[in-house]
Amino acid sequence: MEALFGQLFAGLSLGSVLLLAALGLALTFGQMGVINMAHGEFMMAGAYTAFVVQGVIADAGIALVVSIPLGFGIGGLLGLLLELTLIHRMYNRPLDTLLVTWGVALILQQVARDVFGAPNVDVRSPSWLSGSVDLGVAEVPASRLFILVLSVVAVGGLALVLTKTPLGRRIRGVVQNRDLAETAGISTRGTDRLTFFIGSGLAGIAGVALTLLGSTGPTLGTNYIVDAFLVVVAGGIGQIKGTVIAAFGLGILQAAFEYSTTASIAKVAVFAVVVVFLQIRPQGIFSIRTRSLA
Amino acid sequence: MRTPPGRLVRVAALLSIAALGASACGSRTGDTATGPGASCVDTSGDTVKIGFLNSLSGTMAISEKTVNDSLNLAAEQINAKGGVNGKKLQIVTEDGASEPTVFAEKANKLISSDCVAAVFGGWTSSSRKAMLPVFEGANALLFYPVQYEGLESSPNIFYTGATTNQQIVPALDYLKEKGVKSLFLVGSDYVFPRTANKIINAYAEANGIEVKGEEYAPLGHTDFATIVNKVKGAGAGAVFNTLNGDSNVAFFKEYKNAGLTADAMPVVSVSIAEEEVGGVGVDNLVGQLTAWNYYQTVDSPVNKAFVEAFKAKYGTDRVTSDPMEASYTSLFLWAAMVDKAKSFAPDDVKKAAGGTAHDAPEGKVTVNGENHHIAKTALIGKVGADGLIHTEWSSPQPIEPDPFLKGYPWAAGLSS
Repeated sequence: MEALFGQLFAGLSLGSVLLLAALGLALTFGQMGVINMAHGEFMMAGAYTAFVVQGVIADAGIALVVSIPLGFGIGGLLGLLLELTLIHRMYNRPLDTLLVTWGVALILQQVARDVFGAPNVDVRSPSWLSGSVDLGVAEVPASRLFILVLSVVAVGGLALVLTKTPLGRRIRGVVQNRDLAETAGISTRGTDRLTFFIGSGLAGIAGVALTLLGSTGPTLGTNYIVDAFLVVVAGGIGQIKGTVIAAFGLGILQAAFEYSTTASIAKVAVFAVVVVFLQIRPQGIFSIRTRSLA
Repeated sequence: MRTPPGRLVRVAALLSIAALGASACGSRTGDTATGPGASCVDTSGDTVKIGFLNSLSGTMAISEKTVNDSLNLAAEQINAKGGVNGKKLQIVTEDGASEPTVFAEKANKLISSDCVAAVFGGWTSSSRKAMLPVFEGANALLFYPVQYEGLESSPNIFYTGATTNQQIVPALDYLKEKGVKSLFLVGSDYVFPRTANKIINAYAEANGIEVKGEEYAPLGHTDFATIVNKVKGAGAGAVFNTLNGDSNVAFFKEYKNAGLTADAMPVVSVSIAEEEVGGVGVDNLVGQLTAWNYYQTVDSPVNKAFVEAFKAKYGTDRVTSDPMEASYTSLFLWAAMVDKAKSFAPDDVKKAAGGTAHDAPEGKVTVNGENHHIAKTALIGKVGADGLIHTEWSSPQPIEPDPFLKGYPWAAGLSS
């Protein structure tokens, strides 16, 4: 029984990691249609932010708390820079965007290698996040519980912004019908830039969180980028709730397969499930109804 | 060892290129000796060329750059003492670029157009397997410095890292001695861990140790919640870890967070050396075990001199590790063989190889003339809070290399 709950939590936790990685993409890819291959590198930037902050603030706990908003800022600024310099020139050329951002990803990896060195760096976990918490039915690692809560907060915050603020209304307006939004006096350029800032910033937060679980190195982002796209595609383009369901669904599926078979087989099985699912429902779990042609 | 499988098709293509190169080389120097075995090494001047072939770019650069550093240190020291056989060493460095096919191409270039007397380098098994036909075809010499999965013995390669009976088997002996009754095997999903685990399973069966589970993670796997759950559930006496690269970080963080400790269930790792400890995080590794043949902390005058010289040349924050020491030693071993043979010709060097001994930082090593591996002392170490690894146990004397495990009755079914 303990193993079952442990595994269920492992699935939820994996789902929350996928969700954090995919949430920003759900905005930039899902809402704006930009295939940003450098999204993973924004996560990497967030992870290195946590590393640098730890160099300045000795207390790992305070450093982590400071790193989260700072990681958001760094990731967001990198995204904004990319949008201003390159991506806005190719909004109607998805294939070109893919290649250009992939190139940017490689450049960012090399920059990280040159600045921080090729080997992984060590980001210490705060003492209150190492060890496990007894939830009654199972003992779960504290760091994973923290990431689960963080992802729920991030999704909640994003949902609030999208539904309750003028900015959110503008974003949704531009996504649903760009021309009409522009006619109504909304600056679509400004909205694009802000959306990209938020989406990339979320990648930065994901990067900070990932330092609690895995390695912090130049190629951190490449480990997650494919899974993140998979989640967004399976969840349905343009719908945050689809991304949430897909992330937790795939996480639990992966953990269940991995427990009953092996990690390699589980990976294959999850891909197979997504492929079959997309054959039946190419638009993903949810699809947005829109009159725009994009 | 390390990283994914080679590409046999391209290797086959390179074989023919190698043959071409070798014959071209023979004719250019106008050597009277004929056939692909002809060497174009120029020994007329007061220098002799040797080749260093390491990945200076790509994913393996992190590890192989350190090997290149220690090879350069060794060459500098040998030259300062007057060189080899009266000739100063002139180094030709090539980048293997973490690509087995590039290793084969560059090896061929070093042999046939640079005409080097010997090549030092390679790290992944796939890079070695790609270079093997090149060296055999041209009858040249390669010194390979990394512990690997065994089951190989080429007349043209000298293996200065450990084979399985000098690293994995002693680690198992150690665990058995400590009263460990059951094991859990965790590894990356490729040739080295799978071969290692076959050997471990055979050993366990013969020695009454229960293998409670065997899990493989794809290379680059970053989520170990499930695997650690399985380890926790199985409750084995120890974990034998053959994971590689970044996966180690995620695994050890998860292991610690799940409340598993080195005291209750120690993890023995065979690919975490001093270089890797920093990246995984000392906090996550303290008290865990490793199996190698050298640690920076080895207490001997030769090692002290090596560590001091290395830090003086490359910086005090640098550490020395097993593959670095093995490559450093390989250059001295080659020099000793050449001095003994009084010749740079590969055939003469091979003849002189058997029994060549050297006082290396790891201790005394002796070349086995038959399988071209070297006798080394096995060391089980424990990661300390200082980030270094301290010897916990060592084999009473250097262990003779046995790449095919012929001397172990329990391993009878493995090499077939």
